[in-house]
Amino acid sequence: MKQQTIMKLLAGMVGLGIALGAATAHASPSKDRQDLIKYYKGKYPNIKVDDYVYGALAFDADSKAQYDAIMEFPPFDSQIEAGRKMWETPFKNGKTYASCMPNGGKHIAGNYPMFDEAKDKVVTLIDALNDCRVANGEEAYKPNDMKTMGPLTAYMRTLSDGMMMNVKVNGPKAMAAYADGKKTFFTRKGQLNFACASCHVQNAGTRLRSELISPAVGHTVHWPVFRGGDNLVALQNRYTGCFSQVRAVPPPVGGTVMNNLEYFHSSLSNGLPMKASVFRK
Amino acid sequence: MRKLHHVAAACAISAIMLSGNVLAQAPAGATAPKEEMTGKELAFNNRKGNCLACHAMPTVPDAVSAGLYGPPLIAMSARFPDKAKMRAQIWDATVLNPATTMIPFGKHGVLTEAEIDKVTDFVYGL
Ligand code: HEC
Ligand code: HEC
Repeated sequence: MKQQTIMKLLAGMVGLGIALGAATAHASPSKDRQDLIKYYKGKYPNIKVDDYVYGALAFDADSKAQYDAIMEFPPFDSQIEAGRKMWETPFKNGKTYASCMPNGGKHIAGNYPMFDEAKDKVVTLIDALNDCRVANGEEAYKPNDMKTMGPLTAYMRTLSDGMMMNVKVNGPKAMAAYADGKKTFFTRKGQLNFACASCHVQNAGTRLRSELISPAVGHTVHWPVFRGGDNLVALQNRYTGCFSQVRAVPPPVGGTVMNNLEYFHSSLSNGLPMKASVFRK
Repeated sequence: MRKLHHVAAACAISAIMLSGNVLAQAPAGATAPKEEMTGKELAFNNRKGNCLACHAMPTVPDAVSAGLYGPPLIAMSARFPDKAKMRAQIWDATVLNPATTMIPFGKHGVLTEAEIDKVTDFVYGL
């Protein structure tokens, strides 16, 4: 994805066909990621790539200082604690999440979403937790239920703090899912005619009204977030908000479109450290 | 106490900024814009033109906290000797620049033809 390809993608559907064709023919996901980083660095040479995990805060020292102060004594600790209880409480059959997740659930969050060849689809960390529940005779939680899945993932992902995002795209089927997510990211939608990339690539670091826009690299390492301090929001809920904002109909949370988007979007953060449960305004 | 202080700070911040909805979501609703709006009101209203989301208007004192996606709107009649060209930019900016982030206000029916006329008149005077 050279600068030229990125501009073609931003130009919309006409460019999209050509550019995606070109991109999928020889560009690997790691090339896509590197090209986006090069694009951001060209615009903001003074901002460290490692700081992209702070999103819009990386572009505004005052807000970052406010964030650091809040994160010293996070107002959402009690919800993480509730998540820990959920994580540790055995299922009715006596088994636990730790007993059915790889590596006891530790240092694995950065491997998700992953492409599951047997299931022939992308599996998010939330899907994996639900699979574990179902395999042990429990009902699946709704992926966007912030009373159950919210605190559970908020705690579970703390077990992977510091792990590098490490999403793999191997084989033609995984590549197709990745390409589908990439297409969603670069396609204009809604009455207001924005692609995700219109804001989070083209205008990263720029103000839309008074809101600074974050880069897409670094977006996926810190979910769920606590907006306003204690209002838990999952990654795909944030996607839903961004879809609605441009007056587009958001695809269902946990469906193929969203999961493939999360797959592509997450691979853009490969090599950046995970940090569960951060404050966002 | 320190902790309480931070909680309070977080709440205050959330009260001010939680929305994050820089673009209003639905064009109609309880706080729908009033029937007869001036060009300036249409340009400022975040359910209508919302031009301030992207453009500063340096000569308009109450055009505050504007965004920076687009260039400041100033000296427009000098920049657009042909007013129709400026109206066309508002109607569908993707014609001139396929990679634009400006909303195609006319083409996508975000504003009516009459509303675009009013906004054009207002902006042309800047
Ligand atoms: C019209 C502009 C716009 C578009 C289009 C848009 N977003 Fe956003 N997005 C925002 C704003 C504003 C925020 C809040 C400030 C920030 O963190 O960037 C945000 C925040 C986010 C965040 C949270 C970042 C964090 O660290 O808290 C994610 C993730 C995100 N957007 C993903 C997407 C995806 C995926 C799409 C496409 C489906 C999309 N956005 C489309 C404006 C947009
Ligand atoms: C989401 C962003 C966005 C919004 C909202 C927006 N614009 Fe723009 N506008 C742009 C960008 C970006 C440009 C730069 C040229 C281009 O890419 O089309 C631009 C260019 C223009 C220009 C041409 C300026 C020049 O000197 O070349 C005019 C006139 C204009 N906009 C008027 C408006 C009016 C009037 C509104 C509100 C009804 C509006 N814009 C809303 C992003 C926006």
